[in-house]
Amino acid sequence: MAAIAGSALMESALLIAASLHAGTILALAALGLLVNERAGVVNLGAEGMMLVAALAGFAVTVRSGNPWLGLAAGAAAGALMAAPFGLLVIWLNANQYAAGLALSLFGAGFSAFAGAPFTQERMPERVDSFAVPVVGQWPFVGPAFFRQHPMVYVAAALAILLAWFFTRSRAGLVVRAIGESPEAAHALGYPVRRIRLSAVVAGGALCGVSGAYISVVYTQLWVEGMVAGKGWIALALTTFATWRPGRVLLGAYLFGGVTMLQFYLQRRGVDVPSHLLTILPYLATILVLVSISRNATWIRTHMPASLGKPFWPGS
Amino acid sequence: MRLAFWSSFALASSLASTGCEKSQPPAPEHKPAETKSAEAKIEPLKVAFAYVGPVGDGGWTFAHDNARKAMEKELGGKVVTTFVESVPEAADAERVFHDMIGQGNKLIFGTTFGYMEPMLKVAVDAKDVKFEHATGYKTAENLRTYDSRTYEGAYMAGIIAGSVTKRNVLGVVGSVPIPEVIRNIDSFTLGAQSMNPKVTTKVVWVNKWFDPPNETAAAKSLIDGGADVLFQNTDSSAVLKAAAAAGKNAFGWDSDMSSYAPQAHLASAIVNWAPYYIKATKDALAGTWKTERTWWGVKEGAIDLVSISDKVPAEARAKVDTVKAGLKDGSFVIWKGPIAGQDGKEVLKKDAIADDKFLGGINFYVKGVDGPLPGAK
Repeated sequence: MAAIAGSALMESALLIAASLHAGTILALAALGLLVNERAGVVNLGAEGMMLVAALAGFAVTVRSGNPWLGLAAGAAAGALMAAPFGLLVIWLNANQYAAGLALSLFGAGFSAFAGAPFTQERMPERVDSFAVPVVGQWPFVGPAFFRQHPMVYVAAALAILLAWFFTRSRAGLVVRAIGESPEAAHALGYPVRRIRLSAVVAGGALCGVSGAYISVVYTQLWVEGMVAGKGWIALALTTFATWRPGRVLLGAYLFGGVTMLQFYLQRRGVDVPSHLLTILPYLATILVLVSISRNATWIRTHMPASLGKPFWPGS
Repeated sequence: MRLAFWSSFALASSLASTGCEKSQPPAPEHKPAETKSAEAKIEPLKVAFAYVGPVGDGGWTFAHDNARKAMEKELGGKVVTTFVESVPEAADAERVFHDMIGQGNKLIFGTTFGYMEPMLKVAVDAKDVKFEHATGYKTAENLRTYDSRTYEGAYMAGIIAGSVTKRNVLGVVGSVPIPEVIRNIDSFTLGAQSMNPKVTTKVVWVNKWFDPPNETAAAKSLIDGGADVLFQNTDSSAVLKAAAAAGKNAFGWDSDMSSYAPQAHLASAIVNWAPYYIKATKDALAGTWKTERTWWGVKEGAIDLVSISDKVPAEARAKVDTVKAGLKDGSFVIWKGPIAGQDGKEVLKKDAIADDKFLGGINFYVKGVDGPLPGAK
């Protein structure tokens, strides 16, 4: 009996660990998009940026043998994809939605084209094992929280950092002011367009890290189209979480958690149609985030007022 | 103004240059001999392929595309092949098939189960085009089906899994719960039981053919549940990579995946579609094409288990060789009674041999597979 209880406990610890690992993909991308959108720019190109970054990360890891270089390459690729998008929508005031969609399509096509030779390449086989000293050995808490890939902690720390940045730091408040009213920020003498571009590039870099995390850490392979819609889920997550880093993180873990939970339930032989289980992550995340963010005035106060709108500094 | 001037100049000059190019080859004068040879030269047969995933998936679609290339090479200038990849298993597929017909293709291959209805619909409208549908069961006058006995590869992989597992728990990442996939899971389990009667198989479905992050997640959930040998019916190598990252073992599926994870890889159950693609195209070229249902396996060279790892005990290798030889000459049958269903009830009586109709309709787990089958009563 104790053994059964022990194994159930161990399994729940493993489930928590797997949920955090899976949720980190979405957390990184959605936090990046949050930075974009806080500055008033919506970038629908997440999926495309993540695909190109997944390829760049994979290619660099294969060539250099160093997964950290791969993640850095992913960030660089995301930033490089986001920069021309930023120039188009910030300086030329191109429609943000159309330009973002174009970026997404370009990313999917370009990564498939440029990645073709890499489908034959293999990332060196490695057995992953990480443990934080001391606490990693604690019962339950250790396997659940402290035997993760370092990027899991980076993502969580980033959410806290961004929450602080957007509420307590001067620079963060300026970014938010630009997202609320670029005209007012401009009148106060802030370089609206340059700050927006930095936010877009930073957001692209984070989407890039997320894409590279999928190919370098999570699946350890490159296949075209492998992001499989995660970029779109991250976009939706940012909105459902009403642009608040803590909620983005919560939503990402929830989505990752329910994804893992349905696989666990299937494996344990719970008799629910697996098709139904497959839609669970979407349902659960939407339900929870909508219900905690259902206050309409709240959404309005948190939604960057200039989101998606063009800004002409002269006017 | 200046811009307009320059652009009109550019336009004019480009027109002029096209004109030049066109007039470069001397206008052919009427020569009877040449016309004759042109008539004798037969137009190559246009053959099109619709793939469900990207060619670079390293698995299912990759195998089909390799076979397409092999066929094109074999038949030289007699055929011209084209393909469209990542065609969804939905109404969109119909548009792709119409498009292929519009481009003059006379032989069209659809390489996934989900194209069945779209192909049936399109086939009615294009009687002069021949359609080949992989893994389906509906035929028409100009639509026939072909499939590989992938379960033979699954059975041979099972032999190895049963001999390698230490915890007697095998894990399968299932794609979509249709008879083809259920039959593979069952055959894998039967193969494992032939070496090790104590094994149980746990199954997790991702309900997609291709979604690497979710394939990885599903594999993790199986490993967390104690499975130490994984097998998959999904299209990428994600499950094999996930097993490798956890220090467990797994198989390659559809294509040889040994190079993805040399340590974790036990063997690859591969499908070779080339023999069928060559035969089907030859049928169409020779005018002997008629509707039928083809199901090829080890015997016809369509299925094989390759790149068996050194980790695999000699006993299991020998067993695989015996089974392979038996399948080749027909002396060995995988689905031969007594076989019990999950609940212990006999589904195949002693010495009864399952016919293709039985195999085509398998919607139950055999004894030893754990958990309920989605959609089953």
